[in-house]
Amino acid sequence: MHIVVCIKQVPDSAQIRVHPVTNTIMRQGVPTIINPYDLFALEEALRLRDRFGATVTVLTMGPPTAADSLRKALTFGADRAVLLTDRYFAGSDTLATSYALSMALKKVADEFGKPEIIFTGKQTIDGDTAQVGPGIAKRLDYNQLTYIARIVETDTDAGKIKVERRAEGGLQVLETRLPVLVTMLEASNEMRRGSIENALIAARADVVTWNAADVGIEDLTKCGLRGSPTIVKKVFAPTARTDKAEIVEAEGKADAKAAALVEAIFAKAPDVEQELLEQAAHHYV
Amino acid sequence: MGEFSKPFDAIVVGAGPSGNAAAYVMAKEGLNVLQIERGEYAGSKNVQGAILYADALEKIIPEFRDEAPLERHVIEQRMWTMDDKSHTGMHYRSDDFNEEKPNRYTILRAQFDKWFSSQVKEAGALVLYETTVTELVKDLSGKVIGVRTDRQGAPIMAHVVLLAEGVNGLVGQRSGLRSEVAPESVALAVKEMHFLPRETIESRFNLTGNEGVVIEAMGTITKGMTGTGFLYTNEESISVGIGCIVSDFAESDTGPNELLEAFKNHPSIKPLLAGSECKEYAAHLIPEGGYKAIPQLTGAGWIVVGDAGQFVNAVHREGSNLAMTTGRIAAETVVSLTRKREEMTAANLAEYEKRLGETFVMKDLKKYKGIPDLLHKNKGNFFGTYPKLISQAMQVWFRVDGIDKVSKEKAIFRNFRETRTLWGMVGDAFRVVRAWR
Amino acid sequence: MAEEKKPAPAGGGRANTKKELPEHFKAYKHVWVAVEIEHGEVHSVSFELLGEGRKLADKRGVELAAVVMGDDRASLDAAAGACFEYGADCVYIVQDAALKHYRNETSTKVLTDLVNTYKPEILLLGATNLGRDLAGSVATTLLTGLTADCTELAIDDEGSLAATRPTFGGSLLCTIFTLNYRPQMATVRPRVLAMPEREEGRTGKIIEFDPKLVEQDIITKVLDFIADRDTDKANLPYADIVVAGGLGLGSVENFQLVKELAEVLGAEYGGSRPLVQKGWITSDRQIGQTGKTIRPKLYIAAGISGAIQHRVGVEGADVIVAINTDPNAPIFEFAHLGIVADAVTLLPALTDAFAARLRVNRLAS
Repeated sequence: MHIVVCIKQVPDSAQIRVHPVTNTIMRQGVPTIINPYDLFALEEALRLRDRFGATVTVLTMGPPTAADSLRKALTFGADRAVLLTDRYFAGSDTLATSYALSMALKKVADEFGKPEIIFTGKQTIDGDTAQVGPGIAKRLDYNQLTYIARIVETDTDAGKIKVERRAEGGLQVLETRLPVLVTMLEASNEMRRGSIENALIAARADVVTWNAADVGIEDLTKCGLRGSPTIVKKVFAPTARTDKAEIVEAEGKADAKAAALVEAIFAKAPDVEQELLEQAAHHYV
Repeated sequence: MGEFSKPFDAIVVGAGPSGNAAAYVMAKEGLNVLQIERGEYAGSKNVQGAILYADALEKIIPEFRDEAPLERHVIEQRMWTMDDKSHTGMHYRSDDFNEEKPNRYTILRAQFDKWFSSQVKEAGALVLYETTVTELVKDLSGKVIGVRTDRQGAPIMAHVVLLAEGVNGLVGQRSGLRSEVAPESVALAVKEMHFLPRETIESRFNLTGNEGVVIEAMGTITKGMTGTGFLYTNEESISVGIGCIVSDFAESDTGPNELLEAFKNHPSIKPLLAGSECKEYAAHLIPEGGYKAIPQLTGAGWIVVGDAGQFVNAVHREGSNLAMTTGRIAAETVVSLTRKREEMTAANLAEYEKRLGETFVMKDLKKYKGIPDLLHKNKGNFFGTYPKLISQAMQVWFRVDGIDKVSKEKAIFRNFRETRTLWGMVGDAFRVVRAWR
Repeated sequence: MAEEKKPAPAGGGRANTKKELPEHFKAYKHVWVAVEIEHGEVHSVSFELLGEGRKLADKRGVELAAVVMGDDRASLDAAAGACFEYGADCVYIVQDAALKHYRNETSTKVLTDLVNTYKPEILLLGATNLGRDLAGSVATTLLTGLTADCTELAIDDEGSLAATRPTFGGSLLCTIFTLNYRPQMATVRPRVLAMPEREEGRTGKIIEFDPKLVEQDIITKVLDFIADRDTDKANLPYADIVVAGGLGLGSVENFQLVKELAEVLGAEYGGSRPLVQKGWITSDRQIGQTGKTIRPKLYIAAGISGAIQHRVGVEGADVIVAINTDPNAPIFEFAHLGIVADAVTLLPALTDAFAARLRVNRLAS
């Protein structure tokens, strides 16, 4: 079995800052990480490999430095890493991204065997769209399983997969046919720590690097900014509230402070006070 | 392990300036090098600003200026003594520092170390991140022959292990190669990075282009402890910090964060940071013990480089250049032994110490060997009394208030003498001169 | 690379940045909301979208339509009725046994067929698991632009949909357009938009649509539905009072103090993202950009520093109360009321103080 995991290298959002004057992202010194949601996808792929003896390929689209994230995926134990990189991909929205990745996945299928399962994380922490996975599934005509909390059963002989999918108010138990695209829910598993041998292999491994032409993209108008139906016209910082918090100053022990705070809260939110008091009275009756 | 059973020519523990210098030089010379770093990437444990001294790096990567992420080249050095409200400064600024190959740069370690690490990989070394060396593996004779890590699997073998694990590196300590660092030989520095638009930094510090300023300050800002405050200008940020000897912190009821808050709010510093956004906060240890604190540097199958060997010139606040130089010299020693097919015995590796003795590293550390002790033992005077006296003197001298200058001179001298005896001052001056020589 | 715009590569045009709508898209008209129904219940995000869709349709001078899909006639009729009362002029009803449960395959087919038949200019969905699962497939099938997770929708001077969404974890906002493709698609998270007024008895026209689905042809089967038995299930987005904790609490044991205060106030409890990463709370209780957006009347944040990611999730609260030891914590920038104190000692006292106040009233009544 061949499993592909699509990952993305993202800036660590906790460390992102906005330039106070120009309102642009200051990337200087912001470390990049593997999109945390993608790690659940990778771990799930590695678990399936451990069970069925599959090959796991990690794929990413990004700048040349995204190879760092691929190498890291290899230290976790992935078998092969593919980087799709081309300046023509710059400015891709979700539609153009899913196009480029689907082309790369076709090439992966040709070179290394058709993947029965493609995994992605449920969304990225920078784009937050959760749309690229479904886009890939549609373009490759794979059955789509999003927000998967658990893979219940994989029957490679029968070409079937059974999963639990997170839905409103409960879990849907779904069964479908391979090939599938699965987006894993967070906390569905815990990332392993690769062995020293994995780490050494990863440090030595070559990352397969393809550009647009390599994956057979002839029509560059489907890529990057030109291939993106959406256009970002304006980028701006959220308007800061001018008034800061009114600070409750209270001397003494915690009780005194708490009493002062309760008064201040009720003064600010009289409707809440009213409702709470009514509820309290109601309970008594 | 199969293909990994063959020992590496060398394993380098740590990917800071000394480890990177060592790994780079050895890999460049064709040795089979493995470098192991515990951080997520090189520099991830060091998110702060620092000073890079070009000369030491130039000897390793001559063309580094073309690619390395450098912030600003330093054209102005400000040395301040401060009391609670004032600073008295000596500034040196020269257009000579606007040279083709500038001598000093401010850098952000996270980016610089990452770049340096990429050079190491390009030179051919294998680099493992997020992997901690837990212990050294020794043979029956006690010779170091490899390392064990926190990852599952067999130990990794090597002919020699270079310990570039930093001031508080545990591998060497755990393996009994050196003792724990004494609290009086190490400073704890806390730093913050404050973001400001490029234009603001340039107008505030009177800079153009990539020119930079460094401020180093001592005085009451350390509340009587042995230490200094500093401020560097980066491209779009300012690094500000303060550090004191750990044993002083232990005796004081003031913590490092409090010191930094007070330093940032000092009337001489506050306007320089106005309107900035603080992003990074970090604390790190700096070896300050000088020559006398240097541990055993070599043994059978091992060498110590950089901060792990206490290679910091506390007087001139130089560290990364000593780190890179010791890393380079150790690597050159290993390369020459490997070429000659000689064993990495204690006797052979001692060549490193001999070579080091001929460089500025050992010469400078020897020159200032008395300073750390002197400052530490007289911290009350050097970090309290004198800065206050200097400030008072300046104030008397510059305030125009109808008092004649002769009386002012007398008042200044009287103030000095009343606060510290004449003999005390002469003694301090004498001691400084002697330690400096 | 999604949503990250950089300058065009050399030789690349910015052909899309000017509105030059191709002829065949000019027939696309009206604003649609794809209504989310699971187990016969309409998700309230659909009503919120109808409220916003009404404004967009009025600005464009077009109709507002809702699409409801399912298998059960009664619940579809009920849903359609509710859609009219929340502002729809027209409801497309798609009834088929194969639509008993949501499935990507069936819903994608139905919605794309509907769009291709009736040609709406704007198509809105909830940014829920269902909405995001469906929107990505539909947009890719139609090869049109989709802006996910919007916080604001508007019509610009040229009549295009201006969809504003946070980017880079909420540090910035960007306004995104789909100028030259139709329909213009957007998803909006629950509780980001206000619930519209319900106009009882309001009605409109119904268009039935036969999806021509054959169960045998559908590959994916729904075998079971495991309802969340967990009574601890969070309902943060719709809670009137929310109490949340952050890393400042120091330990998972201290997080109990947050739950105790929530209990007394009849509130929901939640936490900031690091707590999920540390395993102190489950991800359905995460509040912020990558978690839940809340709009309570009262929000109490204990030991939360207030990073931008958290801020964007709570800004809609009427009153934000911050408890933090650090007077410089960013949360004091956007809280309405703050107290500089250690949450670990203050929370139990606060719980007691609230309990005492409420008890007094009980005795008085």
